[in-house]
Amino acid sequence: MKAPTLKKDLFVMLIFSAVILTMPFWLEPLGAGYPDLLQKFAIFGIFAVGYNILFGLTGYLSFGHAAFLGVGSYTAVWSFKLFTMNVLPAIVLSVLVAGLFAAIIGFISLRRSGIYFSILTLAFAQMSYNLAYSVLTPITNGETGLQLAKSDHRIIDRLFSEAGEGLPSTTFFGLEMSGYSGFYFCAVLLIIAFFISQRIFHSPFGIKLQAIKSNQTRMKYTGYNTRPYLLSAFVISGMYAGLAGALMATTDPLAGAERMQWTASGEVVLMTILGGVGTLIGPMLGVGIIKYFENIFSAMNEQALHQIFAFMPDWLADIVVAITSPFVGEGWHLTLGALFMIIVIFLPGGIMEGIERIKKLFSRKTEKPVQQAEDNATS
Amino acid sequence: MDAIFLQILNGLDKGGAYALIALGLTLVFGTLGVVNFAHGALFMLGAFCAVTFQKLLTISKQVKDESITFFDAFKEQPYLEIWFGDFGTTIIDYSVPLSILFAIPVMLLVGLIMERGLIRHFYKRTHAEQILVTFGLAIVLQELIKSWFGANPIPTPAPEIVSGSAPVGVLLGMGESVVYPWWRLIYLAFSAIIIAGVFAFLNLTTFGMVVRAGMMDRETVGMLGINIERRFTIVFGLAAVVTGLAGVMYSPILPPDYHMGMDFLVLSFVVVVVGGMGSLGGAVAAGFLLGILQSFASMNEVKSIIPGIDQIIIYLVAVVILLVKPRGLLGREGVMED
Repeated sequence: MKAPTLKKDLFVMLIFSAVILTMPFWLEPLGAGYPDLLQKFAIFGIFAVGYNILFGLTGYLSFGHAAFLGVGSYTAVWSFKLFTMNVLPAIVLSVLVAGLFAAIIGFISLRRSGIYFSILTLAFAQMSYNLAYSVLTPITNGETGLQLAKSDHRIIDRLFSEAGEGLPSTTFFGLEMSGYSGFYFCAVLLIIAFFISQRIFHSPFGIKLQAIKSNQTRMKYTGYNTRPYLLSAFVISGMYAGLAGALMATTDPLAGAERMQWTASGEVVLMTILGGVGTLIGPMLGVGIIKYFENIFSAMNEQALHQIFAFMPDWLADIVVAITSPFVGEGWHLTLGALFMIIVIFLPGGIMEGIERIKKLFSRKTEKPVQQAEDNATS
Repeated sequence: MDAIFLQILNGLDKGGAYALIALGLTLVFGTLGVVNFAHGALFMLGAFCAVTFQKLLTISKQVKDESITFFDAFKEQPYLEIWFGDFGTTIIDYSVPLSILFAIPVMLLVGLIMERGLIRHFYKRTHAEQILVTFGLAIVLQELIKSWFGANPIPTPAPEIVSGSAPVGVLLGMGESVVYPWWRLIYLAFSAIIIAGVFAFLNLTTFGMVVRAGMMDRETVGMLGINIERRFTIVFGLAAVVTGLAGVMYSPILPPDYHMGMDFLVLSFVVVVVGGMGSLGGAVAAGFLLGILQSFASMNEVKSIIPGIDQIIIYLVAVVILLVKPRGLLGREGVMED
């Protein structure tokens, strides 16, 4: 396998940026062209791309990444409350704090691997979640969630202007962080995040991480101390999660503890797996599909189903609606769970593996057998 | 003194529940080598067996309410009451203990189907994939229950006679202030019986001997001409029954709702890891240890020294144990080593 050059990476990046930035246009006809959803795509995209750096490259399955997301959110809201409504310091602070948090948890958790690592991260995430609900209430505001208030200090903002009427909104040097401008801000960050992850994948560092995934023992025999590499990957992905958390708080200045629950970590695992673990584009695809269908399916109800199946004879339509109705609306998670099982059972590599298989199906007829044997030997 | 005694009792009771829930998980892991994230869902299904059984018993018919004479009033009266009178009422009152009889075949069937249909195909895959697919299954089961029974907790009361508190203090001569809910004492006794039963089954029967041999070395047992696969299927069914019964008996303590499984899943994994993956004795020991630790951590005296300790004590213990003693309390060598 030849390592892709910077030139090729830039080319992929350009296409990626073009696709992301034009999302409002080509998602319009699909019924998803509104800012709220687009922001979600970008934010969860960052989360999943970061998670993939850990899980995709090293194979370490963390069930605690939601904790970093939550920490990022809390930090960002505190920055809005204490310093300024400008998002830049909030984001920088969130990423740093989440990174520090990840460094501590990672340092301890990475002493074990496999299932023990998963349980350790899970335990830490649950601890953070429980503490956020109980003792840390002065910081997290418990069940109500941390919100902006009129009496907040905002030291830096006060230097330049008096407190206005009502609650201020988040800005990026004057640019409002809601609606489309908010989406474009997230999208630009997503593109940067994607580019960094792309460079990591193709750097010597990334190759080492992949080597750890395929055989850690051998890697150790060759004289590498694997721990620092793993820890770096863990911290980087934690920082990505912190960034995603900060952006969540940016687009909607509110942070609640439920963001830290372990099922929220499960969601990012789902997205990554669905798209394709260890591939660059995969996690982004997974995010797109899950968030898109979540939006469509959870808005559906029995009447909508009846309209969809109106072309069938009545008795058949009734049966089909009766079968499908538990899967839509409130039951969207059922669809998600079932989809997820199907993916893990039949297509462990996710959608990207599916695409690869289809590609192979078409190219096999044209390629010579010798060529294929070579491919097998090298891959 | 009384307070400490109560906390120990409380801890034993909690520990009994933890041990019982973790027992099935570690049984599956020790025999089949499968990390089952759908274990919490089995617990929840057990609790909903009690709910279903109660609903079945109270299928009602509208009858005229004789006590109101001004106008025609109607009330729902269960068929059982109509047919059997007071005896029927008693049966309904005892629906939770009786639903054990209902839950055993149901959970056995669920376990067998799960093993044959899904788990079996994942023996050879990585632990990560096992976790993921069972996690998916857990979501599916939980959502099915939600769409069937709704999202609200459904109260399943214990029988009238044991709904109050037991005067433990009077019985042991410690003063009248020491009381403890009857049903929790019953739960403690029940979990002790089930745990003893599982141990007896594995240690005293030929079937158990074969299963234990299979845990040690599956291939050799297979070569001796024993169909170990089939026995493992039965073990999975057994684990499902044990977990389900834990759920049935827990339903008067915590009204079942659809996400109770997820809440207990993390907990049972922590117990299993602390005890040592695949070690039955370890799971029981860890269950009681964590139960007692937690009940002491939730004493006000302790909380005032270290605030919030009651919320995290279990996870904290798990982290410490994993770092100091990676195999857990009683873990065997060679199981899930790094």
